[in-house]
Amino acid sequence: MALVPGIIKGLGVTGGTLLRTLFPDGITKPVPNPVKGAETVQYPREKETPSARARGVIALHEENCTACMLCARECPDWCIYIEGHKEKAPPRRPGGKPRQVNALDRFDIDFALCMFCGICVEVCPFEALFWTPEYEFSEPRIADLLHDMSRLSEWMETVPDFEDYEAGSQAKKQRVPPT
Amino acid sequence: MIESVDLIGELAYWQQTGIRVFVGLAAVLLIAGTLVYLHLFKLVSFMQSRLGPMEAGPFGSLQLLAEVGKFLQKEDIFPAKADRFVFAAAPFVVLSSTFLLVVVVPGGPDAWFVNGDLGIYLGMAVSSVSVIGILMAGWGSASKYSLLGGLRATGQLIAYELPLILAVLGVVIQAETMNMQGIVLAQAGGEIFGWGAIGNPFILTQGVAFVIFMIAMQAELTQSPFDMPIAESELVTGYMTEYSGMRFLLFFIGEFATAGVFSAVAAVLFLGGWYIPGIDPANNIMNLLGPLVLVGKVVGLTFLVFWFRFTFPRLREDQLQKLAWKVLIPLALANIVVTGILKVAV
Repeated sequence: MALVPGIIKGLGVTGGTLLRTLFPDGITKPVPNPVKGAETVQYPREKETPSARARGVIALHEENCTACMLCARECPDWCIYIEGHKEKAPPRRPGGKPRQVNALDRFDIDFALCMFCGICVEVCPFEALFWTPEYEFSEPRIADLLHDMSRLSEWMETVPDFEDYEAGSQAKKQRVPPT
Repeated sequence: MIESVDLIGELAYWQQTGIRVFVGLAAVLLIAGTLVYLHLFKLVSFMQSRLGPMEAGPFGSLQLLAEVGKFLQKEDIFPAKADRFVFAAAPFVVLSSTFLLVVVVPGGPDAWFVNGDLGIYLGMAVSSVSVIGILMAGWGSASKYSLLGGLRATGQLIAYELPLILAVLGVVIQAETMNMQGIVLAQAGGEIFGWGAIGNPFILTQGVAFVIFMIAMQAELTQSPFDMPIAESELVTGYMTEYSGMRFLLFFIGEFATAGVFSAVAAVLFLGGWYIPGIDPANNIMNLLGPLVLVGKVVGLTFLVFWFRFTFPRLREDQLQKLAWKVLIPLALANIVVTGILKVAV
């Protein structure tokens, strides 16, 4: 008998959700309208905007990449393929020596292997890799999930603007003593 | 309708039988389909704040046809070591129990399948045939999950058969008949302490029996929270694990058709069956209206069943047996004693 209040409470939870879904305008206006009441959306017809920090797909900012290979080496799945060559760039000051820079020939991410851990984005020292909230990039052929440099650069358009940290997080950061 | 009812009496026996078989099939399958769509597809979705199937037909109403079509296309697989005959026959045994049970449910003053004096006795007897089918499925599959599921189902169904029948006994004592029509008429013509405006639906005077009946029914149907036999996180799907295609579909239909038919029995026993207050039960219009009233009551009762099903988590096996033997059966026996005393004294 001690279970009875719990049983009734449980029925109230599901029954309440049923009523809220069926009559979203309240019991006073009993017109069944579950399309409005349901929390879900009918995906291919209507879409929810993912949050700005959602981990959808990884974008490449090509100009920033130095082909340093850090991301490729840190990738747990070894799904990043980078090839580059050394080039001479014009000197910074007149009369100086020409600089040696790494030029990017190939930067592919195989999203069939990628597990979206984000280590490559974390590890990149030159701000060349970004998360974007775009998530619709499935392919009928698995080989097409290998995104090459131009495809990865296209995703840059969908990278949202940098958001401020949450209130108070800066203050917390300053308390950490410099190492 | 009035002419056709008169006509039935003039038809040959085999013609009457044909009509009854057809109507019985329609009653079981239509109710099963209605319950699956209304409750399994939509009610549970709304309780989880989602919409459920929406693509096939308006509001997903043709989803059921799509599901049936899918199951019909699937291969009929027999496990290598299965007892082929037992394995193949099991779903039909389970389903035949449902079809036999619907036979005792009356739909109107003249709209009945079998109007025997032992109506509810027959119903309770044939409803336990499904245990044999489930045990056959569990044994014939030659799979440990199926066997465990079958054994659990057998233990559960036998344990809950008892409170179910004992709860019915209270109604039988009060109605003074086992005839299902008699039980309906006893409720239609009954009075509660001299007040007979709505008759005497036994849910009011036999409330304890109603609660016991509904709980035992939930367990008989192996609906959650009593779904140990098909506990999907432990036993895959219990005795249905090895079934595919058409035979799985038969089990599936059996599950929901039995829910509907058991609810119809409960509606007859406790809610007055096809009777609605305000219309004379001898009126010929009840042959047309009665089945609809009954379906309405069935949908209401199955709403309760599915509300429980979608709300509560699964009980443990020992809690299940404890509930049956230590709570429901003593309660049902006490209910019989009190009903008997009041029947004689008042």
